[in-house]
Amino acid sequence: MNRMMISFMLNGRRIETSVAPKTTLVELLREHLGMTGTKHACDSGACGSCTVSVGGRTVNSCSVLAVQIDGMEVGTVEGLAEGPDLHPLQEAFLDHGGLQCGFCTPGMLMSARDLLRRNPSPSAQEAREAIAGNICRCTGYVKIVESILAAAGKMREKK
Amino acid sequence: MKDFEYIRARSVDHALEVLAEKGESAVKIAGGQSLLNILKQGLMAPDCLVDIKGLEELDFIESNPGTGFRIGALTTHASILDSEVLQSSCGVLASMERHLATVQVRNWGTIGGNLCMADPSSDAAPVLIALGSTAHIRGPEGAREVPLGEFFLGYYETVVQPGELLTEISFPAIPPATGVSYEKFRNVEGDAPIVVSSAFVSLEKDGRTLSDARVVLGGVASTPVRATAVEDALKGVKLTPAAVESASGLVAESTSPIPDVVCSAEYRNKIARVLAKRTLLSAFEEAKAAVGGKKHR
Repeated sequence: MNRMMISFMLNGRRIETSVAPKTTLVELLREHLGMTGTKHACDSGACGSCTVSVGGRTVNSCSVLAVQIDGMEVGTVEGLAEGPDLHPLQEAFLDHGGLQCGFCTPGMLMSARDLLRRNPSPSAQEAREAIAGNICRCTGYVKIVESILAAAGKMREKK
Repeated sequence: MKDFEYIRARSVDHALEVLAEKGESAVKIAGGQSLLNILKQGLMAPDCLVDIKGLEELDFIESNPGTGFRIGALTTHASILDSEVLQSSCGVLASMERHLATVQVRNWGTIGGNLCMADPSSDAAPVLIALGSTAHIRGPEGAREVPLGEFFLGYYETVVQPGELLTEISFPAIPPATGVSYEKFRNVEGDAPIVVSSAFVSLEKDGRTLSDARVVLGGVASTPVRATAVEDALKGVKLTPAAVESASGLVAESTSPIPDVVCSAEYRNKIARVLAKRTLLSAFEEAKAAVGGKKHR
């Protein structure tokens, strides 16, 4: 089957590559581009492990075709840190024990960043709703919510 | 997933041309939040996907106090949830969208895709039918309109033909002395509904007598259904909790649930009765407040 050329911005860097139309965005990221920060778990849009941002909003990258993001901006967990400096959300997840096995963490971070971009002062309830599409099987939600609220506080102080 | 040819439509006209050329070998993809799972499972294996997701001409929300609302078929759930004009003048849609799937799905999935998938447990269809919506469809022969209540033909089947596109949904402004409510029953936040109910209640000037009612249920048949026996039992009646309770007992006259992995048919009917009652009572309260002149939406 014909491959198609696509061109898109990934964490601020232009990517030009060819893909088969049936390739999902998560397959493109992990298997073609070697960007394995984004995790691939349920493959049905139910667990949120593969959450990335497309055009500034989060999506499940297992449920988007790579050809559909031609010309768009994609952000992954690899784009959160600036050089050696972790994103405040990443620091807060470390400081507050917001992870155990870490498999859900990239998706949690992307959903949390989406929340804080839109709502810099979320309530605990709003933080829970923002990660309702991200499943953690280590039952770490309490500390994840604490981490998000702590990061929100730090980010407000910086401004 | 089987390989397929991918064609990105540049406009509605272009999409219609491609669909005419490809015939039944082509399937339209919008957000694909259900379709991709179906393709991955091999339940469908089209030769060609026509991508309409990027058609900006079908991504809009318009409000006109006189004529009502228009929502483009490719408007995302997130755009509907975030729409200030819908929040202020049709809050029931936002309350539906808030519980539709998850943030990630709402950000990419579209209202038209949800309706055209015709999942009998759609979150969106019952409330849009209760609001009196019309589906606007374009095809090779031009445009046509179908009441949304007649849009669904069966499980995953609608009146939209392979060469046609759903372009928009429209519905009239909510009349005076009217309330519209929505409630969804599911196991886990973000799940599709097990049963969903939406009620539309209009009152006479006395603020008690029901002049018009629509009760629309999802998850209890192969399509969304109007609970007409419930509606008929209440028309012209002075509404009381007891009258609503008694009428809600008639839901099973309109439903035809089947047992599945989630629950039994009997269970779906029992939940439908409870949700019909709750949504009627909350729509009644909203309508009473509207009669009293209080801001309620």
